Amino acid sequence: MVKYCLKKVAQVLIVMLLISFFSFAIIDLAPGDISSSYITEDMTAEEKAIIIEKLGLDKSMPEQYLAWLSEALKGNFGVSLSYKTPVMPMLTKRLPSTILLMGVSLLTSLTLSIPLGLIAGYKKNTWVDNAISGFAYFGMSIPSFYFGMLLIILFTAILHVLPSSGMHSVGVNTPLDTFQHMIMPVLTMALGSMASKVRYVRANTIGQLAEEYVLAAKAKGTSSVTILFRHVLKNTLLPIITIVGMNMASLVCGSFIIESLFGWPGIGSFAMEAIGKRDYPIIMAYIMLSGFILVMGNFVADILYSFADPRIKRGIDTANG
Amino acid sequence: MEPLVHINNLSVSYFTYAGEVQSVRGISFNIEKGKTTALVGESGCGKSVTSKSLLGLIEKPGVIKQGSEILYEGKNILEFTEKEWLHFRGKECSMIFQDALVSLNPTMMIGKQIMENLQNHNKDNLPTGEIRRKAKEMLDLVGIPDAEACLNKYPHELSGGMRQRVMIATALITNPKLLIADEPTTALDVTIQAQILELMKELQKKLGMAIIMITHDLGVVADMADEIVVMYAGKIVEKGSNEEIFYNPRHPYTWALMNSVPRLDLDSKQELVTIEGTIPDMIQPPKGCAFCSRCPYAMNICAQHMPQNTDLGDGHQVACWLTDPRADVSHVPFLTGGAVNV
Repeated sequence: MVKYCLKKVAQVLIVMLLISFFSFAIIDLAPGDISSSYITEDMTAEEKAIIIEKLGLDKSMPEQYLAWLSEALKGNFGVSLSYKTPVMPMLTKRLPSTILLMGVSLLTSLTLSIPLGLIAGYKKNTWVDNAISGFAYFGMSIPSFYFGMLLIILFTAILHVLPSSGMHSVGVNTPLDTFQHMIMPVLTMALGSMASKVRYVRANTIGQLAEEYVLAAKAKGTSSVTILFRHVLKNTLLPIITIVGMNMASLVCGSFIIESLFGWPGIGSFAMEAIGKRDYPIIMAYIMLSGFILVMGNFVADILYSFADPRIKRGIDTANG
Repeated sequence: MEPLVHINNLSVSYFTYAGEVQSVRGISFNIEKGKTTALVGESGCGKSVTSKSLLGLIEKPGVIKQGSEILYEGKNILEFTEKEWLHFRGKECSMIFQDALVSLNPTMMIGKQIMENLQNHNKDNLPTGEIRRKAKEMLDLVGIPDAEACLNKYPHELSGGMRQRVMIATALITNPKLLIADEPTTALDVTIQAQILELMKELQKKLGMAIIMITHDLGVVADMADEIVVMYAGKIVEKGSNEEIFYNPRHPYTWALMNSVPRLDLDSKQELVTIEGTIPDMIQPPKGCAFCSRCPYAMNICAQHMPQNTDLGDGHQVACWLTDPRADVSHVPFLTGGAVNV
């Protein structure tokens, strides 16, 4: 297992290097750059050249990349071109609010989708299953920005019960206030991600219920509900672990759409803004963060597999000595 | 003596898109206390369905038909409520399955799976530690070395024979009166088969439960069974004591089964005998005897009318027209003990 983990860490490093290089290259290929916000019509060519040189934009892409990389390896992700302040503190300042929103959304969708999926699979092809699956299809089909707007119209514009944007009301800083601000974004996030989870758990439950060990458990006098939660649940968790592993990145990086829509002061809306301004240091730092978490999420999922299914641990151990 | 289980006119059908598959068609037999009854027949003859009916495990699209009766200690278990079933399964009657690997939950430790059976029927409110001790005792009893360590293992860490021993330990921890063994040795190699059968016989002596042994292997039956029930196409074609069936078999299907057992004492160049043909379509079972199309001694009447059960004394019953006094049996090798090709 230790050998396996070391192998994975080495892989993570290589992947990160590749991610950084390609994203740097792609940004460089995009037309326009930050200098356009400093250069005005009436500047002379010399003045323009000075500004471009100051921003380091006169160098070739590989040179720029190597300069960025050597600093990044030291933990310095540079200074934002638009804010003129170091990037890292700006990101870390926004991290808690993103983790709060995304964590609560993830927990909500997990605690709802796993039991719903189990029940739908157990009551396969009955009205219960149809209702749950219909709900899942609805959640999968409706775009989150549209659903979010519907919620705002209903709860803010018509009913006036929930605040439509931000994380706190001005001058108020209580958990209840934050909670109220969170309800709509969490609902919107959870609905979208629940849908696929419900379908995965349902499909897996149906498959597991046909397994012989379920019959064997029944022959021991175990009740159906106990079989579902004691025997089947753990065996249906594998695909869920995969999905959660992949969602790990959004847990930290937030969602562009949801955060922008609800004015949530998190990393997602911040990065969205940076992309608009071509603020390379912020974009690169954001990409590195999300890439890192994504790769680590998959790594953690791999490890979790072996807890959910002991056979996988044995497979890993034999393959890696 | 009152039998432990009295199965009376049991019929089970599966309603599929193609039509009603009549898996079991009105069978009746008894299971005596502490004895081993073998249900013998080839795949699809309804023996597994019969055993599942005994535990109420027939699931949709399967239906146990009206008029069927399974009396367990005088009570018709087919009228059980779900709660009564939960008490019955595992406590009164346990089951072991053909393939222990798929019958054990791959993500649950062995100990937990054994303990689960007793926990489900924990009338005396034994503490968990006590149940765990009993689980260890059972593992010792079925001959697993280092039982304590085995409790914390997962099914894939054991060999096939060990897994089947675990299944037996699980089934017997509640001390049931009836054990259904659905082809318990089919997935095992021959030496392990013998060990498992020996173990079951030994445990039966110690614990006194009745066993229903479901198998297509007459070798297993000869060794284990007190009573033998031969099934074909959802019906019982012949039943009787072990001695009667092996030394005085009367149904051509029983002969055919016996002929197809590989034997060590015969010339090795001799080809293994198989039963020609396949079992009939159970959606439209034949009007007469179901074995008629494969029977070398079939007569005209066999295709037209169902043979009635004929009592040959000592509980030996056979359903075959050859036993009718009007049949011409001069060419039928009744007296050769079934060795038709000798």
